[in-house]
Amino acid sequence: MESTSTQEVPGTKVPGNFPAPIYGAEQNPPTQAAFELGRSLFYDPRLSRTGSISCGSCHQQAVAFADAGKKLSTGVETRIGTRNTPALQNLRWKPNFLWDGGPVHIEMMPRAPISNPLEMDETLDNVLRKLNADASYQRRFKQVFGGNGPIDSYQFLRALAQFTAALTSSNSRYDRYVRQEAGGTLTASELRGLTILRQKCGTCHAGELFTDESFRNNGLDRQFPLDSGRAHITRRSTDAGRFKVPSLRNVALTGPYMHDGRFTTLEAVLDHYDHGMVVSATLDLELRRSGLEPGIALAPQERQDLLAFLHTLTDEQFLSNPQLAKH
Amino acid sequence: MKFLKYTALFLALFSLSATVTSCDDDDNTNPAAVNIEFENVVGSNTLELNSATPYATGAGDQITVTAFRYFISNVKLKKADGTEWAQPESYYLIDQALPASKKISLTDVPPGDYTSLTFTIGVDSARNVAGAQTGALSKGNMFWDWNTGYVFMKLEGRSPQAPGAGAVILHVGGFRKGENAVRTVTPTLNNSVIRVHEGHTPEIHVKADIQKMFVGSTPIRFSSVNNLMAAGTNAVNISKNYENGMFVVDRIQGN
Ligand code: HEC
Ligand code: HEC
Repeated sequence: MESTSTQEVPGTKVPGNFPAPIYGAEQNPPTQAAFELGRSLFYDPRLSRTGSISCGSCHQQAVAFADAGKKLSTGVETRIGTRNTPALQNLRWKPNFLWDGGPVHIEMMPRAPISNPLEMDETLDNVLRKLNADASYQRRFKQVFGGNGPIDSYQFLRALAQFTAALTSSNSRYDRYVRQEAGGTLTASELRGLTILRQKCGTCHAGELFTDESFRNNGLDRQFPLDSGRAHITRRSTDAGRFKVPSLRNVALTGPYMHDGRFTTLEAVLDHYDHGMVVSATLDLELRRSGLEPGIALAPQERQDLLAFLHTLTDEQFLSNPQLAKH
Repeated sequence: MKFLKYTALFLALFSLSATVTSCDDDDNTNPAAVNIEFENVVGSNTLELNSATPYATGAGDQITVTAFRYFISNVKLKKADGTEWAQPESYYLIDQALPASKKISLTDVPPGDYTSLTFTIGVDSARNVAGAQTGALSKGNMFWDWNTGYVFMKLEGRSPQAPGAGAVILHVGGFRKGENAVRTVTPTLNNSVIRVHEGHTPEIHVKADIQKMFVGSTPIRFSSVNNLMAAGTNAVNISKNYENGMFVVDRIQGN
């Protein structure tokens, strides 16, 4: 199960083109043993009440830890969730999590899926009971945290964060282009796509992480009776219909798209921005046009270029890194 | 942790010199302990979970309590001359179902006569947004998982005045601006003094009256407030209610 390798834990170094992380490595110094323990937990279905669903069931490495092809999540007893499963990547840089930004700390984040009745439907206390009944976990937790007491929630959450914090995606062809590394060439069309993205999408999908981490309404709906997004947390009507701007890294693989997975393809997403938007009270100012329907005009060539560029954000190393796979 | 220990030592030394120069009649200078015992009551009755007959809330409703827990944190003691001792890492979860949780022990208190006791009901904003915690802050299912933040006071039960099946769920919390329910109280000692010195462990008996959650500046009626699981106006109102007189120092023993 455990490797004795001395290779570095993934995501320990800050990529040259990335800003300073919020959850820096010094806050939970990565070690191989703790990282592997976190990985075992991430892939362990015992974290769910039924013993059938692990974090990895909904977050699959091959699609950047999103849920391949699934509109909404499927939890224990095939309960359908209310939102689309986002990719898990570059979590060290996130000030808050989920489409509505409820949880604010990467270590506390797993409490949400574990206790959500539509996801793992389990209590943290029960998870700890199961782990404490397992001799191998007992030994491995002791190896990482020392002490003689039982495995506690602090140890559990810290270990899991060793794995989730390691999910750094920073080696796409785009990254190598930006860092001027070998293999970092973009075609003329991809380069035009990059320029268009920075111009037309860059206010929101900003910077090297392709998100400004803000909550915005990008014109999907007129009303928000089922999911008010950010307002679910702030209870302010001015936040109704605003959702976290998702990163566009690995976006070619993370469909279906948007908080409710309504668009199956990137083409459909571009259609939405070009001519599918609807007005509502909280629609982002960035998307409003005086005298016109809201939207971002995209000529056919621009669409083609944008799509070409978005594919350069696929990070094969991340998707196939054996260290991040189930062991 | 080491750092905290040294800080405590330093504080102890510091107040030691203060003690000497103020000619305190205590000749012992070693740090000592103070216990605080919390007794949860409903008016004049001691609280019992799942009681045979429901309690009156004082605001016109009745309730049978099935669970009652709250955080007490950042405990401070102050002498007449203004010298204050603040307990480091001061977080306690008082749980009606766990008798041992109701007695908290403050150790390493610099000796002296303390004339005031202050504590917070709830958890300071810094810890609300921090990562994984140990001790009291890791216990009792007192965190809003889907959001962020601790439940400061959790009261669950049944009431004939609550709609439907009569469930009452009151989870009070919230630390952000505009919805801050963190309350800090300094219940009167009625001119008593908490005498801290080696060989004596004074025990402060604090009564926490559940009725005070429901009466006060905003009376809480179960017909309208019965399923509270988020920060906001209702939580703030209940916290303002309990800030006023829920926690009363009943007596100080072993002085
Ligand atoms: C049943 C499917 C399911 C399971 C199991 C699951 N997740 Fe998720 N995950 C989701 C969905 C859906 C979301 C988005 C939910 C939302 O925004 O409300 C999400 C969001 C997240 C996020 C936030 C990502 C971001 O960019 O904001 C993290 C981190 C995360 N999950 C980690 C985990 C961990 C760790 C586990 C295991 C303890 C886990 N998930 C188990 C479906 C699942
Ligand atoms: C005003 C801010 C804003 C602008 C400008 C913007 N987006 Fe978005 N984008 C968002 C938000 C917010 C979401 C998530 C909305 C939701 O799910 O409710 C999103 C979602 C997406 C998604 C889905 C990602 C996923 O994982 O589900 C894609 C793809 C996308 N945008 C591409 C673009 C492109 C391409 C442009 C430029 C043509 C663009 N966006 C311009 C705010 C913006």
